[in-house]
Amino acid sequence: MDIALDKVQMDIAKEARRFLDKECPTDYAREMFEDERGFTDEIWAKMVDMDWMRVRIPEPYGGMGMDQIDLTVVLEEMGRAVLPGPFFSTVLLAAEAIMEAGSDSQKERYLSGIAAGEIKGTLALHEPDGGADLGFIQMEARADGDGFVLEGTKLSVPDAHVADFLVCAACTKAGNDPAQGITLFMVDLSADGVSVSLLSTMDGTRKLCAVDFKGVRVSPEAVLGEPHKGWEPLRRVLQRAQVGLCAECVGGAQRAMEIATEYAKIRVQFDQPIGAFQAIKHRCAQMYVEVESSRSILYWAAWAQDYGDPKEAALAASVAKAYCSEAFTHVSTGVIQVLGGTGFAWENDAHLYLKRAKANEQALGDPIYHREQVAQLLTG
Amino acid sequence: MDFRLTPEQEAFREGFVSWLNKNLPDDWDPSRYRNYDSQEEWGRAYSDFQRRLFDGGYTAMHYPKEYGGQGKTLMEEIIVSQTLFSTCPELRYPGVVTHGMAVPTIFTCGNEEQKREFLPRILNGTHIWCQGFSEPDAGSDMANVSTQAVRENNHYIINGQKVWTSFAHLADYCILLVRTDPTVARHKGLSYFLLDMKLPGVEVRPMTQITGEAEFNELFFDDVRVPEEMRVGEEGQGWQIAITTLMFERVLGDAIMGAAYETNIQKMIELASQTKRSGRPVMHDPIFRQQLAQAYIEVLVLKYHGLRSLSNQLKTKIPGPEGSIGKLLWSEPNQRITEAAIGMQGPNSQIMGASPWTIQDGYWQYSFLRSKGNTIEAGSSEILRNIIGERVLGLPKDVSRAQRK
Repeated sequence: MDIALDKVQMDIAKEARRFLDKECPTDYAREMFEDERGFTDEIWAKMVDMDWMRVRIPEPYGGMGMDQIDLTVVLEEMGRAVLPGPFFSTVLLAAEAIMEAGSDSQKERYLSGIAAGEIKGTLALHEPDGGADLGFIQMEARADGDGFVLEGTKLSVPDAHVADFLVCAACTKAGNDPAQGITLFMVDLSADGVSVSLLSTMDGTRKLCAVDFKGVRVSPEAVLGEPHKGWEPLRRVLQRAQVGLCAECVGGAQRAMEIATEYAKIRVQFDQPIGAFQAIKHRCAQMYVEVESSRSILYWAAWAQDYGDPKEAALAASVAKAYCSEAFTHVSTGVIQVLGGTGFAWENDAHLYLKRAKANEQALGDPIYHREQVAQLLTG
Repeated sequence: MDFRLTPEQEAFREGFVSWLNKNLPDDWDPSRYRNYDSQEEWGRAYSDFQRRLFDGGYTAMHYPKEYGGQGKTLMEEIIVSQTLFSTCPELRYPGVVTHGMAVPTIFTCGNEEQKREFLPRILNGTHIWCQGFSEPDAGSDMANVSTQAVRENNHYIINGQKVWTSFAHLADYCILLVRTDPTVARHKGLSYFLLDMKLPGVEVRPMTQITGEAEFNELFFDDVRVPEEMRVGEEGQGWQIAITTLMFERVLGDAIMGAAYETNIQKMIELASQTKRSGRPVMHDPIFRQQLAQAYIEVLVLKYHGLRSLSNQLKTKIPGPEGSIGKLLWSEPNQRITEAAIGMQGPNSQIMGASPWTIQDGYWQYSFLRSKGNTIEAGSSEILRNIIGERVLGLPKDVSRAQRK
């Protein structure tokens, strides 16, 4: 048993902190909050140079073939910076889906492109009537000759407005069991019948889109993995992405806690720093409790994705997603209260963390969804 | 990073589990949470079982052999303790203070004679210890201890009162914090003693707690003469000794609670499967399912946070700041978990004694009430949050305390 980051991971984290502090201070997040694309090509290129696109991609496709935990330390720092842009959608959703289910030629084409920073992708999952239920996939992909025709609407698709392609989960066999009828498709965003509209969302640093599919024809080569058997690989992709969101949550919560405690030490009311009052002190202490315990569960969940058995990996992802995302919400809500009027002002960074916390909490299965998953895994 | 035991540790664990299955007392029924009618029987059951552990080579794994330990690492100690607390917590609770506080204090801060005198007889089950820290006016404000020890030649004369002394009615000895110098700053005037409970002038009065039982006591000292050889460390070091020992033992304690609560989840699943609401097992109720899952999540948080703190301590040899939150991670969730279990039972949750309608032997009724002490004993949640706020986050002390100094 050894539950600590190793030297390489600590170096990765340190480099990431140094880079993000310099290149992506929260001013960048604020600027991109208002920007329609949500990132600059300049920063994207520098992130490619940091090798961040390549962390998990296997070596034959230009990556480094590292573990979830190695990416976790980078994502913690990204969460701290409330980093905007399509990194999460491209690397945690699209690339992982192709790594999980793709054919050699799909991997060659897409993974090499992502590793080199040349293409961006995302995942189209949520539907208007599904809410937070990840297994509710009813958008139809009708067999047509040897290909398929996609028809329907996907919501909350991150960064589709700047992506080159998306992985779309659609229903190819009627029935209520996602394990029996979901197929994953690679869809070019410039394909006929695909239209993307950027939604105006609460967290402007994480762009979400509605994607309409109107008679979108895809070839048999566009199927990712086996037809009708897309749910199992998709589930594993989602688990890794959920753990990725948890890493952002822990990094973001850590920074939000620091903002609260720094302020509590210097803000004087009633002739003393407000941090001396137990009402404030205990609130800050509780932030520390939630941040450090989230980090422990995050490390377990990240480790379990590569080294746990399938049940442990699934359990850990749901436990972490429910716990870490709620912890981030608590901490980022707390920082606004500790800062008082200052924390309620747009010019203070506190709201950036609250908004990202809520975005992450509701993305890829909310805490209610994940607790139900935990209950199912627990009771068999 | 690796969350698994090494193959050697795993083999050790399996070896201990099979030993344990053969060595549990014959009269101990695992389906009952309470097997002994009187406190005295309970204490004897602990002592007999501790003797078996000692003879089997399964106690104080991380202490040197010369003092009755096994000369292995903290990891083996954790494996043994977790297995015991998930299998037969009842047989361990009377020894919680003994092993969690007396043993590490004597081992870390005691002199050679004290170690040789006391440790072997604790580890072989002969002696149970209690802890005399709290007083009527020194609860969370522990430095306010006023029980006095006045030096007289090579003895100290002790007068005063302790309160909330767990298992004092079963104890042979007591670790005692008293004031030896009333003229210096509060926490500098305290000294630490090992007290023989059979000395003249020591009186134990049981206190009935909200569960209806008497697990705690008041202790009265009336001119109790204690030889100076029974002092641990120097005069005036009592506060430091008490605090250091608490810090080092916290990680072990947290890991044990994690194991104990994991078995609570299994009990809760049983409860949810057997207890009905509207004619159906509450297991099918989405709200109770959420509560069950949340209970499990919090137990896993405790477990993995405990393992991370432990792993850090094994590596660096000193407890890290993340270890300071462990107690909050078991005491507060335990209240929520037992509250949820009571909620699952509806009006039958009121039945505590034996009846055809008693649920799981009344385990949750007892646990719900007992859990209310969890956030008070061994450092209240408020004190712990003060410590985290001030020592970990560096927030200022409140003005009234800052001014007093």
